Amino acid sequence: MKHPDEKQYLFDKPENVNRFLRGFYAVCGLLFVLDFIIHRHASRDWEQLPGFYAIYGFVAFVMLVLVAKLLRKLMMRREDYYDVDE
Amino acid sequence: MWMSELPPFVPFFLAALLALLTRGPLRAALMLAAPLLGGLHLWFDVPDGTLLSVTLLEFELTLMRADRLSLLFGYIFHIAAFILVIYTLHLRDTMQHVAGLVYAGSALGAVFAGDLITLFIFWELLVISSVFLVWARRSASASRAGIRYLLFQVSSGLLLLAGTLVHYRYTGSLAFDFIGIENPGGWLILLAFGIKCAFPFLHNWLTDAYPEATPTGAAVLSVFTTKVAVYTLARGFPGTDLLIYIGAVMTCFPIFYAVIENDLRRVLSYSLINQLGFMVCGIGIGTALALNGAVAHAFSHILYKALLFMSMGAVLFRAGNTNASDLGGLYKSMPKTALLCIVGAASISALPLFSGFVSKSLVMSALLEEGQDIVWLMLLFASAGVLHHAGIKVPFFAFFAHDSGIRTAEAPRNMLLAMALAAVLCILIGCLPQYLYALLPWEVDYWPYDTTHVLAQLQLLCFAALAFVWMEIKGYAPPELHAVNIDAEWFYRKLLPATVSFLRRATHPVIGVLHGIRQNYRQTLNTMYCRTSLADYHLAASWPTGSMVLWIAIFLGGYLLLDVIL
Repeated sequence: MKHPDEKQYLFDKPENVNRFLRGFYAVCGLLFVLDFIIHRHASRDWEQLPGFYAIYGFVAFVMLVLVAKLLRKLMMRREDYYDVDE
Repeated sequence: MWMSELPPFVPFFLAALLALLTRGPLRAALMLAAPLLGGLHLWFDVPDGTLLSVTLLEFELTLMRADRLSLLFGYIFHIAAFILVIYTLHLRDTMQHVAGLVYAGSALGAVFAGDLITLFIFWELLVISSVFLVWARRSASASRAGIRYLLFQVSSGLLLLAGTLVHYRYTGSLAFDFIGIENPGGWLILLAFGIKCAFPFLHNWLTDAYPEATPTGAAVLSVFTTKVAVYTLARGFPGTDLLIYIGAVMTCFPIFYAVIENDLRRVLSYSLINQLGFMVCGIGIGTALALNGAVAHAFSHILYKALLFMSMGAVLFRAGNTNASDLGGLYKSMPKTALLCIVGAASISALPLFSGFVSKSLVMSALLEEGQDIVWLMLLFASAGVLHHAGIKVPFFAFFAHDSGIRTAEAPRNMLLAMALAAVLCILIGCLPQYLYALLPWEVDYWPYDTTHVLAQLQLLCFAALAFVWMEIKGYAPPELHAVNIDAEWFYRKLLPATVSFLRRATHPVIGVLHGIRQNYRQTLNTMYCRTSLADYHLAASWPTGSMVLWIAIFLGGYLLLDVIL
């Protein structure tokens, strides 16, 4: 179990978490900008939209989580739900 | 080394037999030798086109049919078996060791089976051996889940047998080549394969039994059953349009469940179905590029999925559970496991330089080539979804997130070694895909690493991850909760038992009334009878049927005696 005098780990310090996140934001920004610099070969028109993959990834992810939250309202039951009848 | 026609299941069955009789280091050596020697033999001595047939009761059974397709699955099954044997070396459990070896051997038997009867035999052996990896957990819920698993798998076997017979009537052939859905036998066989491949509504045996299996058993299970099904689909039903749509549904629906599921091994089970979807889709398209993609994805998938299941097995082994709500901060006590888990997560998310990227790209490119734009968009959506549950959720909630306060030891050394081997292979395949491509069954002229492709994939993944960060910080992410989420299994785990008990309750008054009538009738007869003078006779002291039966018995006995004497 956890001890109060335990050594500090990498992500115990908030500034390390922030450093990691800032690096990640920078990578995301760079990737988005690259879309305007590098020409992607695209076989479809909509693929050619600047930032298509970035936007698709972001929107898909948010949609996924929001729909899953709705699904939970519909589908979630107590942990012993199946134990009652078996 | 040996004769090239030695069927690859033989060393495994031999090792299983010997594992029963040995223990300790000797057993370990035997278990390691089976996949190692068997694999080397397959690689060096077995050329494309090797055949071995035996005749049994007029039927010619092809125990060994080696071509590029079966060999590819043979190689990866040997590699995975070797890694998994290392992973299970710390166990002192004969049941799991023997079952694991028979299971891996049966998978090889099924892959190299050249006819449907041989396939059926190994199909059933797979079931019988694998269920012990669930039961070896030795808990009440595991034994119930094992029974449900058996029900599905045995039905799959029966369908395969029935389909084989019908197929034989229509075509007069038992050979296991392209089957198709032209005759009803083909449909039955497709359904049999579909159960094993976790098609929608037939999938719950997987998400039910795998999380109930032992820490090591789940990793072993994740490799063989479903990939044998992928192989059989690729062999029997390539280019069947229906499979494109089934595959697309398989990639999409499990990810919603994976987002809200708490047990991380169940999350991995849902993600397993999602990955199978990519393969099924590729098989459905049926072009050389797509089929190559399907089997290449099976190849790399086996390694990274086993790696993820192994890391969660290590967590279960050390921390005692795999619930996202109860874990967190484990990177402090299990840093190596955490790192290896992240390699698996990066591979399944198809990050460039990891194995998932080089195999999934083949399927995605094939979809665009065939003009399947909608399906392509669905699979792209599913690719972003994979990043959520397998790429981020599994490592994040187990090893990072909030500190659960759990302090434990690092995974045992054999587990770390097994995971490290799998991780190294994931990276090697990702960085040097030409070696995997060279093994693929069809000629392929494809290279995944061009600027367009890499940039697009990085953008997709990074912005999906950005959405995760945003939703976590804003608190939009669904909290991790102890709960059950209703899935198709509701029909047989809830509706069916509830219907039975409802019928029992509903008919209870009717049965009660009938019972009452019978009682009344008996009593009336009794009292009426007692009023008659017959009741005074000695033999009538009890209800007369008893004495009647006695007298009949005496008469019959007498007849029999007379018959013998005269």
